[in-house]
Amino acid sequence: MRIAHYLNQFFGGIGAEEHAGRALEIHEGAVGPGKLLESLLGSDARVILTFVCGDNFAVEHQAELTAAILEKLRETRVDLFVAGPCFDAGRYGMAAGAICRAVQTELGVPVVTAMSEENPGVDLYRDALYIIDSGTNVTKLRDVVARMAALCKKLAANDPIGSPTQEGYLRRGWLRDQLVEKRAATRLVDMLVAKMKGELFESEMPATSFAPVPMPAAVRNLSKARVMLITDGGLVPKGNPDRIEGTAATRWGSYNIGGSDDLRGEDYEVSHGGYDTRFVQEDPDRLVPLDAMREMEKNGVIGKLHDEFISTCGRSNPLSNTRRLGREIAEKAKRDGVDAIILTST
Amino acid sequence: MVQITAAKPIAKMVGSNRVVLGTGIVHVTGDAKLPPAEEKELRRKLVQKALDALQSNEKQ
Repeated sequence: MRIAHYLNQFFGGIGAEEHAGRALEIHEGAVGPGKLLESLLGSDARVILTFVCGDNFAVEHQAELTAAILEKLRETRVDLFVAGPCFDAGRYGMAAGAICRAVQTELGVPVVTAMSEENPGVDLYRDALYIIDSGTNVTKLRDVVARMAALCKKLAANDPIGSPTQEGYLRRGWLRDQLVEKRAATRLVDMLVAKMKGELFESEMPATSFAPVPMPAAVRNLSKARVMLITDGGLVPKGNPDRIEGTAATRWGSYNIGGSDDLRGEDYEVSHGGYDTRFVQEDPDRLVPLDAMREMEKNGVIGKLHDEFISTCGRSNPLSNTRRLGREIAEKAKRDGVDAIILTST
Repeated sequence: MVQITAAKPIAKMVGSNRVVLGTGIVHVTGDAKLPPAEEKELRRKLVQKALDALQSNEKQ
């Protein structure tokens, strides 16, 4: 088993936070936790390459870093790629997740990483990758690497991978059919009885929960503010130039409205499979209220209506997409100096 | 940010802090049943409500 391993500056033995700007270094053989991984995997496993990179460098040059690693792995083939364990180090987790996903997608090499559940890398990559639940306690390194090694062995042997609880990885959001002895009604009643008795029970499907979002402070001087319109109703220019999907959209677009005071149906179409789009098609201001906003601008109620509106489609869109879309759109709004946003949702 | 939607419970569930009730799923800031001039007036009022929410620190 030939393995490549990705580590940050700390686990790579370079140093702590002051070395987070360190660029990528490629070592032959195992470094730090990689040596432990090798010993746990047995004599036919070798870490051929270790990539060590500072966390800041990794986040600031993610695309370059990923490309460099992929290039190296094209010339030196491996059977498995391992990153971390990252514990709750957020930059490390983000980098490890991005690199693992690229290695898996571009090179078809199985990947294993490990993070604590709160690591921001988990949110972004849990559906794409096996992320062993490392918890936050770095003193448990040996246990975590042992679980990573166990999963590595299965992946390398093409063995069927069990449930998150069995293998120790974070839930990926998959639903799997399984034949069981007890009927659903029986299982449900058993769970209910356990719950009423105050006993432990395991839900078969965890309910999604949403963390509260801190409320941004009110706009203090609206008459000087730059306001932008955003919609998830899928309004796009005719021809849908950015090919925004009408379900589970992975893209958003920004469209120029500078100088117009009305949206006309003939210039737009709607890419959204979830509602009857006739009314918006007739008059897109029914979704993106440009005409009213332009009046507000002319009357000095707002300082400026931003020259672009942003659009995507919210239909049946998994959080793994929408969290990213929201983040990207917010970054764009910030770059454009937008002070406030009106989001219209269907 | 203020969100205008007819599906206010969904917006509140996911954590949206400022939510103004839109007219309908199929015409959030409009009403196809109204004659054009009235529809525009409705839209103005709705947008003003949204702008008011942006200036308030009250959750809605």
